[in-house]
Amino acid sequence: MSRRVLNISSTTVGPFEEELKYNFSKTLADRKITVSPKTIETLQLNVTRLCNQACLHCHVDASPKRKEHMDLRTINRCLEILAEFEQIKNIDITGGAPELNPHFDYLVLEARKLGKHVMSRHNLTVTLDGNPVTGESKAYLPEFYAEHQVEVVSSLPYYQEYFTDKQRGRGVFSKSIESLKLLNEQGYGKENNGLQLNLVYNPAGAFLPAGQDCLEKDFKKELLQKYGIHFNHLFIITNMPIHRFRQQLQRLGNYEEYLDKLVNAFNPEAAEGIMCRSLLSVSYDGRIFDCDFNQMLDMQVKNGKLSTVFNFNYDDLMTRQIEFASHCFGCTAGAGSSCGGEIT
Amino acid sequence: MHYYESDDLKKFADVGRFSKKLMDKFFAYYNEVVGKDGALSKREKALIALAVAHAKRCPYCIDAYTTGCLEAGANPEQMTEAIHVAAAMDAGITLVHGVQMNNVLDKVGA
Repeated sequence: MSRRVLNISSTTVGPFEEELKYNFSKTLADRKITVSPKTIETLQLNVTRLCNQACLHCHVDASPKRKEHMDLRTINRCLEILAEFEQIKNIDITGGAPELNPHFDYLVLEARKLGKHVMSRHNLTVTLDGNPVTGESKAYLPEFYAEHQVEVVSSLPYYQEYFTDKQRGRGVFSKSIESLKLLNEQGYGKENNGLQLNLVYNPAGAFLPAGQDCLEKDFKKELLQKYGIHFNHLFIITNMPIHRFRQQLQRLGNYEEYLDKLVNAFNPEAAEGIMCRSLLSVSYDGRIFDCDFNQMLDMQVKNGKLSTVFNFNYDDLMTRQIEFASHCFGCTAGAGSSCGGEIT
Repeated sequence: MHYYESDDLKKFADVGRFSKKLMDKFFAYYNEVVGKDGALSKREKALIALAVAHAKRCPYCIDAYTTGCLEAGANPEQMTEAIHVAAAMDAGITLVHGVQMNNVLDKVGA
């Protein structure tokens, strides 16, 4: 992994100056790096902003108060796209807590019928908390996931209570442990049975993550020794300086320091493998984005027209100009960051 | 002008203003020792550096290695234990000099 050091001085900047000062497109151009779409192998659907938690770092601003859900018409249109394009091999379902969308089970079942690899960004605690609005139980989830061979990707900021509860709320760590045990009982996290349970680490503050291999070893050792828990891989994700995490940085007075840190850790190798080159993100209302972060910033894909699942054109999308802004430095810092962890 | 402003750490390289060659040699040595996994992991080195930063009372180093430890995957529990090692060593170093005091007491027949 190579790191280039850029000289960025810290001064107070407003939103417009910010995009000039932390100019991702210029950084790519200066290094003669072209970041264009390579393929569309994953369709990431953000099916709801409702969540039983309200985490400090959440870039979606998800919480029990949100009401946005992807409706059945939009879900069916996404399924049509998945059926039509063999190149799209994966469906990555996220939220909020995606299981709180009333059509979630249907979406999983239909995507599996199409032979797609289904990933669910499962927050673990929803299995025990249920739906915060209706009170509906979600206790069936571990069995449902196993039955339909869904890859479970779950955020667990640390293998100790302190960092996890600080970021995700009091009591989240112990509930997450309980939920992980239920997934293990279904066979998740063991080797070679096809039931993939991957955990996601992101730093509990304004610092960059440690290396994936080193933290994965710690997580595996600690979770097994203390709680008897097995999982497959740990994905390392850098916190994106947008929405709730941005507000936290601003409250602590270190927003610009954090952006400087991301810029100074710019890694050209990570830029080459950035996830927007092989993924499309769909919002609850069917609009298309280059990634979930762009989605939260309303940076919709424009290719002559604003792209949605209802005017989906694979070839057009392959020639699109990927939309960049200052937060993109979060994906290229250090070893890089994507929904699947480190890039390099 | 104030001493120990956090932002001043960014000017560290400027200490080589009148002797760049020596400063470059220092940075090369420093990065080789601290910045890489070796017989000790980067995390272990960061925890040692944090303990030394406290023992030597260097505010710049405390800033840098508090974050450095977190970015190497250490947690606050380990970091706190590291500075207790520094504190215990400091106390031990003070107390072990009591041997010299006792030697003098013996010498003067007190």
